[in-house]
Amino acid sequence: MQFDSTQLIPVLPEISLLTLACVVLVVDLFIREEQRIISYGISQVGLILTLLITILVSQPTTQILFDGSYIRDPMSDLLKVGILLITFLAFLYAKDYLRDRGLFKGEFYTLGLFAVLGMMIMTSANSFLTIYLGLELLALCLYALVAFNRNSPQGAEAAMKYFVLGALASGMLLYGISMIYGATGTLRFDELAQVVDKGDMNQLVMIFGVVFLVIGLAFKLGAVPFHMWVPDVYHGAPTAVTLFIGSAPKIAAFALAMRLLVDGLADLHGGWEGWQGMLIILAVLSMGIGNLIAIAQTNIKRMLAYSTISHVGFILLGILAGTKEGYTAAMFYTLVYALMSAGGFGVVIALSRKGFEAENLDDFKGLNQRNPWFAGMMLLLMFSMAGVPPTVGFFAKLFVLDAVVSVDLTWLALVGVFFSIIGAFYYIRVIKIMYFDQPTDESPLTVGMDTQVVLSLNGLAMLFLGLFPAGLLSLCSSAIGN
Amino acid sequence: MIADWPILSLTVWLPIIGGFMVLASGDREANATKWTALTIAVLTFIVSLPLWFAFDSATAQMQFVERVPWVPAFNVEYYMGIDGISMPLIILTTFITPLVVIAGWEVIKFRPSQYMAAFLIMEGVMVGVFSALDAMLFYVFWEAMLIPMFLIIGVWGGANRVYATIKFFLYTFFGSVFMLVALIYMYFQSGSFDILGFHTLKLGLTEQILIFIAFLMAFAVKVPMWPVHTWLPDAHVEAPTGGSVILAAIMLKIGGYGFLRFSLPITPDASHTLDWLIIGMSLIAVVYIGFVALIQQDMKKLIAYSSIAHMGFVTLGFFIIFIINQNNAGSGAALGVQGGMVQMVSHGFISAALFLCVGVLYDRLHSRQINDYGGVVNTMPIFAAFMVFFAMANAGLPGTSGFVGEFMVILASFRADFWYAFLAATTLIIGAAYTLWMVKRVIFGEVTNEGVATLKDMNNREFIVLGTLAAAVLLLGLWPAPLVEVMDASVNNLLQHISVSKL
Repeated sequence: MQFDSTQLIPVLPEISLLTLACVVLVVDLFIREEQRIISYGISQVGLILTLLITILVSQPTTQILFDGSYIRDPMSDLLKVGILLITFLAFLYAKDYLRDRGLFKGEFYTLGLFAVLGMMIMTSANSFLTIYLGLELLALCLYALVAFNRNSPQGAEAAMKYFVLGALASGMLLYGISMIYGATGTLRFDELAQVVDKGDMNQLVMIFGVVFLVIGLAFKLGAVPFHMWVPDVYHGAPTAVTLFIGSAPKIAAFALAMRLLVDGLADLHGGWEGWQGMLIILAVLSMGIGNLIAIAQTNIKRMLAYSTISHVGFILLGILAGTKEGYTAAMFYTLVYALMSAGGFGVVIALSRKGFEAENLDDFKGLNQRNPWFAGMMLLLMFSMAGVPPTVGFFAKLFVLDAVVSVDLTWLALVGVFFSIIGAFYYIRVIKIMYFDQPTDESPLTVGMDTQVVLSLNGLAMLFLGLFPAGLLSLCSSAIGN
Repeated sequence: MIADWPILSLTVWLPIIGGFMVLASGDREANATKWTALTIAVLTFIVSLPLWFAFDSATAQMQFVERVPWVPAFNVEYYMGIDGISMPLIILTTFITPLVVIAGWEVIKFRPSQYMAAFLIMEGVMVGVFSALDAMLFYVFWEAMLIPMFLIIGVWGGANRVYATIKFFLYTFFGSVFMLVALIYMYFQSGSFDILGFHTLKLGLTEQILIFIAFLMAFAVKVPMWPVHTWLPDAHVEAPTGGSVILAAIMLKIGGYGFLRFSLPITPDASHTLDWLIIGMSLIAVVYIGFVALIQQDMKKLIAYSSIAHMGFVTLGFFIIFIINQNNAGSGAALGVQGGMVQMVSHGFISAALFLCVGVLYDRLHSRQINDYGGVVNTMPIFAAFMVFFAMANAGLPGTSGFVGEFMVILASFRADFWYAFLAATTLIIGAAYTLWMVKRVIFGEVTNEGVATLKDMNNREFIVLGTLAAAVLLLGLWPAPLVEVMDASVNNLLQHISVSKL
C-alpha cells in the first residue's frame, strides 16, 4: 500500500470532524455546568469549518484512496455538505430544548458529532467494510442518543427496540455482504461492478446476497415492511434527538443505497429479478402503509414518523428508476426532505417549553392566533411535505415522477400520486388545527432569537426553492455525474 | 410597443407581492391595511387593462408572450402568453377582485390583513393559471390556488367550515394529480412542457382517451360537473361572501378554460369519441341540478346549485361542436364555443352579484335561510331592485348577459340535435322557477318578522359594488359584440385545429 500525505487532503473533512469531536469531548470535561454553551459553540463553529473544508477539497473528479476503500466524488461532497448543514440546524434547534430539560450535556454534542462522522464515512465508502464501519459508528451513537434522557422510560424502551432491530438489520446486511463476497471475491464496489458486469459469479449466491443486502438497507431506511422501529424511536426519543435522527441520517441512508446498489450492483438493476423489483415492492408498501397509518395518529412525532416512511417510499421510486435522472431526483428529494423534516421538528420544539412537551396534534390548536409567523412557517412546511406547489416538495415529487414515467413505469407514478392524495389529508389536518381551531393554551411562545431567525429561513426556503428549483437540481445533477 | 412590456408578469406578481406586503403589515393599522389592499387590487386592474386594449383580435397567435427558462434540466419554462380565450377571463379576474376587497371592508373583523392578503395572492395565482403556456407553470399556479382558498373558507367561513374546506381541498387535489401524470407522460412524448407543443403532438386513440380522462378528472371537479359537484354547495355555503364570489366567478371558470386549452386541442379524437359522456353530464347538470336548486332552503346553496347548472351550459357548448361538425352545420360550432365563453364571463358577473346580495342580507341578519326573510322590499327598496335585477339575469332575461350565453348555446344545440336543445332550453323554465321563487319569498310580500323590519338599506360601499356589477351585466347583455369579436379568431383557430384528427 502506497501512502503519502497528499492522500490525506480528500479526507480532510473527516479528519477535521474527528478532531472536533475529540476537542468537544476533552473541553467538556473541564468546563462547569453553566458554561456548557462553550461545547455547543465549539460544535457549531466546527461544523461550519468542516463544511467549508468540504467545499474547499471538493472537485469535479473522482478520487479513490486507501487501497480502494475510500472514495471522494462530487456526490459525496454534496451529500456531506447537506449532512453538515442539517446537523447544524438540528443542534441549533435542539439547544433551548435541551437546556430547559436538564439535558444540556457535552455528550449530546460528542455523540452527535461522531454520528456525523459515521454518516460522512458511509457517504464516502467504496468498500463493504468501510460502509459497515460508518454505519455502525452512526447507529451506535444514535442508540445512545435515543436513550439520552435517562429518566424517561419511553426513551429507554425506544432505544432498546432500536438497538435490537438495528443489530438485526446489521446482521442481515453483513450476511448479505458475506454472500456477495463469497460469490465475487471482492469487497470493493468498483471491482464488484466489473465482476458483475462479466457475470463471472455464482448467480444463486449472488441473488441471495442482494436480497439480504436490500433487507438490511430497508431496515436502515425505514421502508415497509422493515419500518417497525421508526414510530417508536421517533416517539420515544427526546424531540431534539428525533429532530436529528429524522433529518441528517436520511441523507446518509440515501448514500448507503447509492453506494451499495448503484456503485456496486448497477448491473443487477433490471426488472423483477434484479433489485428494481424489490425496491418497487418496498416503495409501494412504504407509500401506502406510511400514508394510511399516519392518518390515525394523534401524536405529531408519530405522525411525522409515518410521514417519513412514506417519503422514503418516494425516494426509493427515484432510485429504482435506475437512470441518471432518477438518482438526481432521489437525491433532490432526500436533501429537500431532510430540510423539511428539520423544519417540522423545529416547529414542534419551538412550541415546547420548560415542563411542557408539544407532542400532540392538539398542542398546535390555534397557533395562528398565538403566533401567526410560526403558523405560517409550519404551513409552508406542511404544504411542502404534502407536495403542493409552489413549495419545493412539489418539485421533489415531480422530478421523481418524471424519472419513473421515463422508464415506462407510469403505473407506479399513478400509485405514487394516489397515495400523495391520502397523504395530503393528514398534512392539511395540521394546518386545519393551526388555523381553524381555537387555542386551548394561550401562553406565548418562548423562542430564542437564533431559533426564530433560522426557523424562518428554513420555512421560507421551502418557498424559495419551490420558485427557483433549478439551482439545487443542477447541483444534484452534476453530483450524480454519469 | 405596449405588447412588448411584461404586462402579464406584472398582473401576476403585483397582487402576489402586494399580498405579502399586506400580510406583513399586520392588523395594528387595520384601516391602512385595507386601503393598501384596495390600492393594489385597483392598480392590478389598471395594469391589466392594456391586455384588452392593446390586444390584436385579428390573430389567434399568442400575444404578450414572455418566455424564459425556469428548470432547464426538465425543459420547464416560465412561458406566458394570452389569446382571445384567456384574455377575457384575466380581465374578469382583475375586475372582480377589487369588488371582493371592498365587499369585505367592514365585515371581516378577524385578522383582516390575512383575509385581504389571501384574496390578492389568489388573484395573482389565478391570472397565472390563465396566462401560463407551460404545462408545469400552469400546474404550479393551478395547485397554488388551493392554498389561499383553503384558508379563506377554513378561517373566515361558517359553522361547518372545516368539513367544507377539507372536502374542497381533497376533491380538487384528487382531481388534479392525475392530470400531473398525464402532463409528465406528454412531456416524454414531446420533449418539453410547452402546451402549444402538446397541441400538435401525435397521440394514439388509447393514449388520448387515458389523457382525456385524466384531464376530465381535474377539470370536471373544478367546473364542477355532475356527479363530482358535491364539494361546491358545501364550500359555497361555508365560505365567507368574498370566498363564494371568487369561487363562483373565477375558480369555476378555470375548469372550463382547461377544457378549451387542454382537453379539446390535445386530445381531439378522444374528445370526439367521448363527447356523449360530457354532453350527458352537462345535460344532467342543467336539468337535474336545476330541480335540486328548486328545493333549497339556503340561499347560498340555491345559488351554488344554480352555478352548477349554468356551468353545465358551458361544457355543453364546448362539446356539442363535434356533433355540429358531423352535421356540417357551418359556423354552428363556433357559436357553441363562443356561447360557452360568454356564459362563463356572464356567470362570473351574475353569480358574483348574487352571492354579494346574499352577503348583504347575511351581514344584517346572520341568516341565509329563505324562511328567515320575507318582505325585504319594504325596508330595503334599493337592495330589492338590485337583487331582482340579478335574479332576472340569472334566469336569462333578454337584455342581460345571462341571456346571451344561454341563447347562443341553445342555438348551437339546435344544429346538433333537437332533443339536446330541448333539454337545454328547459333551463329557461327551471332557472326562472328557482330564482324567481327565491326572490318572491325573500324580497316580496309582507314583512314577516322583526328582523326584517329593522333592516337598513344598502350603504354606499355595497351600492358601489352591486352597481358596478349591474352595469357590467347590462353592458354585456346589450352589447356582447366586443367580447365575441375578441375571441373570434382564437375560437376559429381552435375549431380548425380540432377538426384535424391526430391519429
